[in-house]
Amino acid sequence: MRDEAGVNVVWLGSPTFPEAAHTALRDGQLRRNLKHATTTIRDKRLRAVAELDDWETLRLAGSQIKDRVMRHLDEYLLRLEASVTAAGGTVHWARDAEDAKRIVTELVRAKGADEVVKVKSMATQEIGLNEGLDDEGITATETDLAELIVQLADDRPSHILVPAIHRNRTEIRDIFLREMGKHGVPAPDDLTDEPRVLAEAARLHLREKFLRAKVAISGANFACADTGTVGVVESEGNGRMCVTLPETLITLMGIEKVLPSFADLEVFLQLLPRSSTAERMNPYTSLWTGVTPGDGPREFHLILLDNGRTATLADRQGRSALHCIRCSACLNVCPVYERTGGRSYGSVYPGPIGAVLTPQLVGVGTSKHADSLPFASTLCGACYDACPVRIDIPEMLVHLRTKVVDAHRGDRVPKPEAVAMKATKLVFASPRRLALAERLAAVGGRVAGIRGGRWLPGPARKWTAARDVPVPARESFRAWWRKAGR
Amino acid sequence: MEPVAEYKAEVLARIRAALRDVPDEERPEDVAVTREYVDSHVTGDVVDLFVERVEDYRATVTRVAQADVPAEIARILSARGVENLVVPPGFPEEWLKAYQGLRLSDEPPLTAAELDDSDGVITLAARGIALTGTIVLDAGPGQGRRALSLVPDLHLCLVRASQVVADVPIAIRALDPTRPTTLISGPSATSDIELDRVEGVHGPRTLDVLVVVDS
Ligand code: SF4
Repeated sequence: MRDEAGVNVVWLGSPTFPEAAHTALRDGQLRRNLKHATTTIRDKRLRAVAELDDWETLRLAGSQIKDRVMRHLDEYLLRLEASVTAAGGTVHWARDAEDAKRIVTELVRAKGADEVVKVKSMATQEIGLNEGLDDEGITATETDLAELIVQLADDRPSHILVPAIHRNRTEIRDIFLREMGKHGVPAPDDLTDEPRVLAEAARLHLREKFLRAKVAISGANFACADTGTVGVVESEGNGRMCVTLPETLITLMGIEKVLPSFADLEVFLQLLPRSSTAERMNPYTSLWTGVTPGDGPREFHLILLDNGRTATLADRQGRSALHCIRCSACLNVCPVYERTGGRSYGSVYPGPIGAVLTPQLVGVGTSKHADSLPFASTLCGACYDACPVRIDIPEMLVHLRTKVVDAHRGDRVPKPEAVAMKATKLVFASPRRLALAERLAAVGGRVAGIRGGRWLPGPARKWTAARDVPVPARESFRAWWRKAGR
Repeated sequence: MEPVAEYKAEVLARIRAALRDVPDEERPEDVAVTREYVDSHVTGDVVDLFVERVEDYRATVTRVAQADVPAEIARILSARGVENLVVPPGFPEEWLKAYQGLRLSDEPPLTAAELDDSDGVITLAARGIALTGTIVLDAGPGQGRRALSLVPDLHLCLVRASQVVADVPIAIRALDPTRPTTLISGPSATSDIELDRVEGVHGPRTLDVLVVVDS
């Protein structure tokens, strides 16, 4: 099984979604934090998006560009390799997590380094890079504030964008006081729980590491095939530190992140910040092309990672999950995510996108946990409406449910969908929630109807039974949801 | 380490196998991309909007006539207590004539520790983007290499009014992809602790912008 081979797409020993959700739902602190966070970001995002009257046109262009890339991925990757190489960089290819970890380890060793600084990257989390480097005696320090909190607490992230959303300020102060000194510059004794003071402590703790680091590791938001330009979009400045100060920069990127041309940035630099942090523009975007003598790293390595992506590409109905630009808008609008939190998904990719990407990356039918994820949804459609590259997550969920059911035909009960449906009931435990779930199921029925395929057997009958319920229009449903859901 | 040819061959072979449904004769350009989005969302004055949007990020913005630039620079630096200023190669000498403090030249290159010990940096910019309140740096004359505008705790950035363009697409089309480029929209920020926005984590915690009105 892939997820036993050290692949972090699914965390080892993860309970199935319903079991994890059950635990999460009992955690009042987590639920309050999540509710506050998702509501705040959700409202802000709607305002940021409403400012651009051509938003739908931008979304369309974004999805079409991604479609073009996926259909000709081999060609674009070869172009990217040629451009990066011509600009003085080196391009490596990695079939899986093991390849990627080996390549990074050897590159770090070749520099004689035993520590690296890292900027948050889903791809490096997915392959379990930090643990892999640790096994080889190399210390990787996460430099995003939230990732630092998660790493110091020896914890797991709960949100793509704000991974420490499950921690409150007092907990963070305690973690800093207890842990920072073990890993470098300690937190000052008089540390308060003011966010400003906590950020200052992180600045001091990490600055010493930035100034000393010989090697940095980053992910990438985009890489332009025509010019070889790689981009990192961020807020805190730790990304700039990582891509600018060390002598060697290693960037690990999923093969799906390639864009046809530099000019396409005009679409994605409008879509991403507004969808992600709901800002007109994020504080910092770094764009670099190979190496520039006298400015920044002298060595640049770009690692192109497959790790299950080509298998996802092979499924025509699942392929567009690779269009994802990791903005996290779908998480913030998801009623299931809001109640259970990211960690219940047991994967580096939580929320609606995780529910379609995770089972595809590890392979349907190989992990009981991953197979339960496509059922962790009410198919309400909010994720599709929010997605800046128009990924039809509800339709893909239905498709994957069918695949999961097919893969488990010979199993003895309980089948994964039966287990998962229990979770959904749990999530919507109160009568009001239940009523809501039924309305949601109606929308699900509509989605299934569009697909025209077969529908779920067994305990899922409850959902199909709702197909005859009049289908609420998507917009009015969401308006209703905004009132009823709080 | 050298790239492993066998890995590359296998990844490419997997991609080609996965894309069996794509007809051989289809070219990338055959997949339609409709670019019907607008080049600019701005209707009013771009410089006014730029000033307003940069201020939205809680950066300070001052409009200044060309002739008053030296005095304004000296005023801001002294108000901020800057006595040790990083000056990138190519920064106009005449604009610093009223500044009394120490200057740190980047020729030969300053170490990261020296940058860290400075009080701030002054730079020109390559462009401004009005709609998003963004400053574009491309390491051109008077801007310096990227580390200069990153490590010091204060960044005083001069943007000429004529450099301000309306919107993101216009700015992207004018960029030179071969230059290391940084888009800056306000001071660094984090909302990682209970979604409370805090300005200034790793980049300069203070961003002061001077918009130079060309005379
Ligand atoms: S699926 Fe869409 S909305 Fe969700 S993270 Fe990806 S790009 Fe954003």
